[in-house]
Amino acid sequence: MNCSDSLGRISALVLRYLYLLRSSWPRIIEIAYWPTMQMVIWGFVSQHFSSSSPELTAGGVLISVVLVWDCLFRSHISYTLSFLEELWSRNLGNLFVSPLRPSELIVALASISMMRTLIGMFPAALLAIPFFEVSVFDMGLPLLGFFLNLVLTGWAISQFVTGILIRYGLGAESLTWVLPFLIAPFSCIYYPLSTIPEWMQSIAVFIPTTYVFEGMRALLVEEVFRSDLMIKGFALNIAYLVPGICAFFISFQAARRHGLLLQTGE
Amino acid sequence: MNTILKTENLTKKFSSVLAVQDLSFGLNQGTITALLGGNGAGKTTTLSMLLGLLKPTSGSIRLFGQDFIRNRYSVLGRINFSSPYVDLPQRLTVRENLTVYAKLYGILKVKDRIEQVCEEFRLEELLDRKVRKLSSGQKTRVSLAKALINRPKFLLLDEPTASLDPDTTAWIRDFLREYRDSNDATILFASHDMREVELLCDDVLLMKKGKLIEQGSPCALLEKYDRENLEQVFLQLSSEGENL
Repeated sequence: MNCSDSLGRISALVLRYLYLLRSSWPRIIEIAYWPTMQMVIWGFVSQHFSSSSPELTAGGVLISVVLVWDCLFRSHISYTLSFLEELWSRNLGNLFVSPLRPSELIVALASISMMRTLIGMFPAALLAIPFFEVSVFDMGLPLLGFFLNLVLTGWAISQFVTGILIRYGLGAESLTWVLPFLIAPFSCIYYPLSTIPEWMQSIAVFIPTTYVFEGMRALLVEEVFRSDLMIKGFALNIAYLVPGICAFFISFQAARRHGLLLQTGE
Repeated sequence: MNTILKTENLTKKFSSVLAVQDLSFGLNQGTITALLGGNGAGKTTTLSMLLGLLKPTSGSIRLFGQDFIRNRYSVLGRINFSSPYVDLPQRLTVRENLTVYAKLYGILKVKDRIEQVCEEFRLEELLDRKVRKLSSGQKTRVSLAKALINRPKFLLLDEPTASLDPDTTAWIRDFLREYRDSNDATILFASHDMREVELLCDDVLLMKKGKLIEQGSPCALLEKYDRENLEQVFLQLSSEGENL
């Protein structure tokens, strides 16, 4: 496989998703709208708690975890919606008679997902500074680690969802919206790991996002950077991303066997 | 003549349904061949296998001398396809769609190539219109422009003139003939329009219930079955017994 040819095909597909984004200004606004709304609502909740339970909001932890959790949701939704566009427009047949490889589709979807996540999160993160005097950027370099960890979790979920979509079609579309929330209660976003029952803790330790939010609380409340938590988060993400990619490839091959690439659509 | 495509015992089974059975044929370079058959004859399944979208259950496909089943990426850049049943992204303009596909096929001078195909398919005035706002005939022309964006040596078309008016149909026919001649390209298309097949094709492959039941030039088939047109040949073969 020629690397420059491959990059050319990836950039062609990214261009396709950028054209799509450009074609509708409400779409661009929508990307930033939800994270900003989340930030505003949780900002006021945080202000309310700061008088009665200051330990809950120390270091701007509540707004920060809300913003960072949204990175996972945005990265997953951006990845999967771009893939769904191909199903909605019945374009998979055209794509896969071209020299485009499934691995290149994955890289293109991940690239546009990263762009859309950054477009969505930056306005919310910036607005939190004047509105609530909370800057997630104060976390410094660890913020990049937390961000990448959550984006990777989002992509790992997306691999499984797109694999199911390519194999079972648009009937499985609702999984796109539902699946990220399956891990939310175990991720300990708003509460420490010790809050949840033991049986849930035994599941939570296998979820990468648990380590991200425990690590964020350690950094913002105790002002300690826990590299061990960061490493565990990354390790678990890799452990889920690799089988996720394998599952997508297996589904793609099954779709080729069953003749679904030409039929998938509304 | 140089054979660019050769299938041997190509078979596709979906669970217990045998969609295509022991299909063996060859296509010579620079020829136009029609794939005919009634509904459920296996035409779309055959086209899908020849495009790499569907994995055959057994048999082989050699395309440009390569084992297409094992090594399809090495030849996909030299083939292309158009079907009225596979859409281009509706929310993109014609120019954006052609740009994306030109880049996917590794075209170097994208703007020049888009200008050429737009001139060939009379798409200049539609370039900045979104695909969803085009008529079905205009969409077919855009889909054909996309299919020729990489100047394919092997072009597969599924009902290329479906939903086109008679003038445009005649024009597309002339265009495909000219494209074949000037590029020494091979064209395989599925169609229900027997008149079109007679006017355009060098060869005909007739399928029934997943099997190839007849092949030859339109003239040879008319002579063999002593009929006036291909439609009559098709109807006769379609109505004949299972042994065909």
